[in-house]
Amino acid sequence: MRRPFAEFRRHASSRAFCYQLLVAGLALALVWLLVEQTGAELRTRGIRSGFAFLFEPAGFSIGESVLDFDAAQPYWRAFLVGVLNTLRVALAAIVLATVLGLCLGACSLTRNVLLRGLCRAYVEVFRNIPLLLQLLTWYFLLAEKLPSADAALNPLPGVFLSKSGLAFPWGGEVPAAGDFGIAGGGAVTPEFLALLLGLSGYGAAYLAEIVRAGILSVPRGQVDAAAALGMTPLQGLRAVVLPQALRLMIPPATNQFLNLTKNSSLAVAVGYPDLVSIANTSLNQTGQAAECISILMAVYLGLSLLTAAATGWYNRRQLRRGH
Amino acid sequence: MNIAGWKCCSALIAVLALTPLAAHAGKTLDLVRQQGRVACGVSTGLAGFSGVDSKGNWSGLDTDICRGIAAAVLGDPGKVKWLPLNSQQRFTALQAGEVDVLSRNTTWTLTRDASMGLHFTAITYYDGQGFMVPKQSKASSVKQLRNAEICVQSGTTTEKNLNDYFRAQGAKVRPVVFESFEASLKAFFSGRCQAYTTDVSSLVSIRDKEAPKPGDYVILPEVISKEPLGPAVRRGDDEWFAIVKWLVFALIEAEELGITQANADSLRSSPNPAVQRLLGSGDDSGRLLGLDREWALRAIKAVGNYGEIFERNLGSGSSLKLPRGSNALWTKGGLMYAPPVR
Ligand SMILES: N[C@@H](CCC(=O)N[C@@H](CS)C(=O)NCC(=O)O)C(=O)O
Repeated sequence: MRRPFAEFRRHASSRAFCYQLLVAGLALALVWLLVEQTGAELRTRGIRSGFAFLFEPAGFSIGESVLDFDAAQPYWRAFLVGVLNTLRVALAAIVLATVLGLCLGACSLTRNVLLRGLCRAYVEVFRNIPLLLQLLTWYFLLAEKLPSADAALNPLPGVFLSKSGLAFPWGGEVPAAGDFGIAGGGAVTPEFLALLLGLSGYGAAYLAEIVRAGILSVPRGQVDAAAALGMTPLQGLRAVVLPQALRLMIPPATNQFLNLTKNSSLAVAVGYPDLVSIANTSLNQTGQAAECISILMAVYLGLSLLTAAATGWYNRRQLRRGH
Repeated sequence: MNIAGWKCCSALIAVLALTPLAAHAGKTLDLVRQQGRVACGVSTGLAGFSGVDSKGNWSGLDTDICRGIAAAVLGDPGKVKWLPLNSQQRFTALQAGEVDVLSRNTTWTLTRDASMGLHFTAITYYDGQGFMVPKQSKASSVKQLRNAEICVQSGTTTEKNLNDYFRAQGAKVRPVVFESFEASLKAFFSGRCQAYTTDVSSLVSIRDKEAPKPGDYVILPEVISKEPLGPAVRRGDDEWFAIVKWLVFALIEAEELGITQANADSLRSSPNPAVQRLLGSGDDSGRLLGLDREWALRAIKAVGNYGEIFERNLGSGSSLKLPRGSNALWTKGGLMYAPPVR
């Protein structure tokens, strides 16, 4: 006689599937319960809840934005501006940190003692000072030491540097003195600059270590082989060592890029309107803490998953090419 | 939001998600008595309202309200636990039950009163939003600040008023928004912004206490909003709400009746029934609030009447020298008016 249940029990994979389904179901039920409970509790405490506020006018201005933003526009657009501001500074910092990290990593391995010492010192110092402190230092250095907008530094034609930030020619427009400071062309604020410098300076120190470890992991024989082929050390590094080191560097570097993106949430400390800053303002204007924080969490989770996916794809491609 | 803010928010969410209905219904008054202290949310340091000295002593109009509550409820104005909160943390701290009363230059608005799980009790200071600029600024009126960069702290009514005002003028401004009070001030005083904006009384306090050279800054004449400031309590506890509200009224009433810190004891034998009621020598006004008959007497002896509190912290007795203005009693042309304590 066939006993379907015993057979099912013997069938390991479908059994595992059922257990997983059960666990997932339980987890979902738990989340649902928490959401329900929170909603009910918020109602009895007279705290407004729900996401309807996203479609109401925000009513506050945002100091700098990639998109045009006006206070009459809804909250969701303010959040979008925040996301874009976060991405803007994070991407710029990732590029800068990578370039700086590569240089520092390579330089930590040169035979020149002085250069090596300097690079090592940089890494140690910047890795070990809390990022928040570095950001505040950069920010107040810029705000304190730069001249005011009406006496802006003019290091290159069309480029102005002052307490109001860095203005540069952009889109066919050259900046010039306006009512309050410099107007026209492209501009970044001191808040953006401080965040960019802070994040990339800090990130570069970690990336330098990753680069150094990656290079050191390439067998010494490879370097000698490159030299035997008549390559200069720099050529050897570029053509032989780096391509092999890169594969090892990608997973930890991804981690650093993610960290850097998440660290950009320290922006509020220096007044840069990133996602967290805008979520904070929205939270305070509407009182909807649970909603604003869940949006924040969802966006950072999304960004992390995206970055992980992108580097995963790149990593697999590198591995395939490596054969 | 900084770490404390996050902690506070997650605490709130955890509390909301995990406590079944009945668990938090415990009355604030019982809790305060049981713990022997009033948890009072104040600013991180705004001289005149809630400032802290180098020895850790808090003083100011907002802190005196908390002292008054502690004196009325616990019989000792010293039994206050101070919780410094920045603009952003304040409401979550109140919602999450970390403070029993929020007495922190906080503006009474519809949104806050109706949707943030709190109730404003009474108005302790009628304020309005103003602007401060460096003395050598090109702007002598707020209207000239169009397109200017203006430093402001986030989580305030200030942030939104700023936008409303300039929009109505058909102009734009560029707010530079800081989470911490300290950072916003530092940025302004290092010249990052062309103006700083907040409540006028706060501007006076900032200029006096925080500016490197007070004489280098001027406050522009325009006041662009109404900022009625006062203590708030959590929703859902009508008894505690009544206690805080009537404590403020009692202090205002005391000024109107001429009762001061110094003469309160001797006025207990006053023939005036209103004075007797307030000081507990006539009808028992405390019983209805769940307190004893001398609740108001103790508060007045601890911090003085409203006028005394004002002058000591903000007026002639302080370095701010703010005029009473709208905060004078209604009998003297101001707006301070307490419903009858009877
Ligand atoms: N009354 C306004 C502004 C109150 C406010 O928070 N002002 C700031 C700027 S003066 C402040 O007191 N900061 C002190 C702090 O964060 O500790 C409101 O309720 O939103």
